[in-house]
Amino acid sequence: MSQWEPKIVAFLCNWCSYGAADLAGVSRLQYPVNIRVIRVPCSGRINPKFILAAFRHGADGVWVSGCHPGDCHYIEGNYYARRKFALLKSLLEHTGIDPRRLHFSWISSAEASKFAQVAREVVETVRDAGPARHFIKTLPQWDSVWGESTAEIQAEVV
Amino acid sequence: MHAYTEKIREAARRLLAEKKVDGVIGFRRGTLPLMNEPVFVRHADQVDQLVWDGNCGVNLANYLTKRKDRVAVVAKGCDSRNIVVHIQENQIARDQLYILGIPCKGMLNRRAILKALDGREPLQVEETEADVTVSGDGFEQVFPRKDVLQDNCKICIHRNPVIYDELLGDPVEEQKDVDRYEDVRRIEAMTVEERWTYFEELIAPCIRCYACRNACPQCYCPTCFVDESRPQWVGKSLDPTDTRTFHFLRAYHMAGRCTDCGACERACPMDIKVRQFTKKLEKDVKELFGYEVGVMLEERPPLDTYRPDDPQDFIR
Repeated sequence: MSQWEPKIVAFLCNWCSYGAADLAGVSRLQYPVNIRVIRVPCSGRINPKFILAAFRHGADGVWVSGCHPGDCHYIEGNYYARRKFALLKSLLEHTGIDPRRLHFSWISSAEASKFAQVAREVVETVRDAGPARHFIKTLPQWDSVWGESTAEIQAEVV
Repeated sequence: MHAYTEKIREAARRLLAEKKVDGVIGFRRGTLPLMNEPVFVRHADQVDQLVWDGNCGVNLANYLTKRKDRVAVVAKGCDSRNIVVHIQENQIARDQLYILGIPCKGMLNRRAILKALDGREPLQVEETEADVTVSGDGFEQVFPRKDVLQDNCKICIHRNPVIYDELLGDPVEEQKDVDRYEDVRRIEAMTVEERWTYFEELIAPCIRCYACRNACPQCYCPTCFVDESRPQWVGKSLDPTDTRTFHFLRAYHMAGRCTDCGACERACPMDIKVRQFTKKLEKDVKELFGYEVGVMLEERPPLDTYRPDDPQDFIR
């Protein structure tokens, strides 16, 4: 079994964080390869279903990034998102999801270095938390057949 | 109790006679003891079906969404708060409603009584202010009323309707020093893994009947997320992951909308304490946004508004 690497799904707002990722690439800033970017029109577009779906499909961590409050392309989308996320994060942690798996940030399209920095931090925190197994469907009998690698194989399948 | 029944009948008869409403939503005696069923009375000659006692726990706000007609509805404290949320969410207009407010002292927990009877079948139930007397074939047992209330009624702080056109009794005294979040804090004190296991065991008996969803007055989406298939957000199996996803999303849909009326828990055939999910949200909404659901008609629901200085310490 090869060295485990965390899988992180990053939902980035088209108008800021996605641009920051782009700028980080253009500026040749180094950040870990563990994030898979999904571009969304606004952090307000994020539905809790997306985050749960990411976990269910084998993500070890989820990172949502949008524009700084007051800078939303749609004027107030991230203000609503902020309230949603506060309750969502709290409830997820309350029901037993490791707080190290869910991250939120505000990154403008000019903050490439912040993007790279936060990406590093997110990856490291999720690495500390280890592979996520809670939301992944595993059939009990598989454990004996495939042992520890089950979650990983399932993640590959999905 | 019987006084309420008389007053509800009198009000219903009057409203129907004056043609102020097209119908009255209330309760009639169910086919089993300890079970009353909702009834829609459209004619004055059916008014005598209406009753009121400690078994009227079903939340009648459930029957108000997307109505076109004008109705009178019998509302306890929690029902009235759900009506407020419905009006805020444009599910019904205030002028379509004639609310018959009932100051409530809590509804009976049928399951607790049945459990205490230990298999003996209740045939008759008599209620007084302080006691509930259950009798059946060769037995009679008296329960102090406060011991057999629904869990949410024990910690209720809005017993009197917050909105009504007519109050059918004198306001009752609100419970002052109740600790609403004792159980939530107990869970919060656990470690992450303990919490996961706690909820895993909590929902383990779930058979995914969706009774909690159907009983909830706030669940009125035309297509529920559990029925969506493209994309399918929740698996349909009894796998713990799917059950967990269902319970989590159902609870999250109640964020800033749940009035803790207990309809979900009451409806659950497996006696799962599903309120454990929603109570955490209720506590957070109160602490983070200072909002109490369904109390002020003029306020916007917490997730439908924002303040520039909302808490954001969790965001980098």
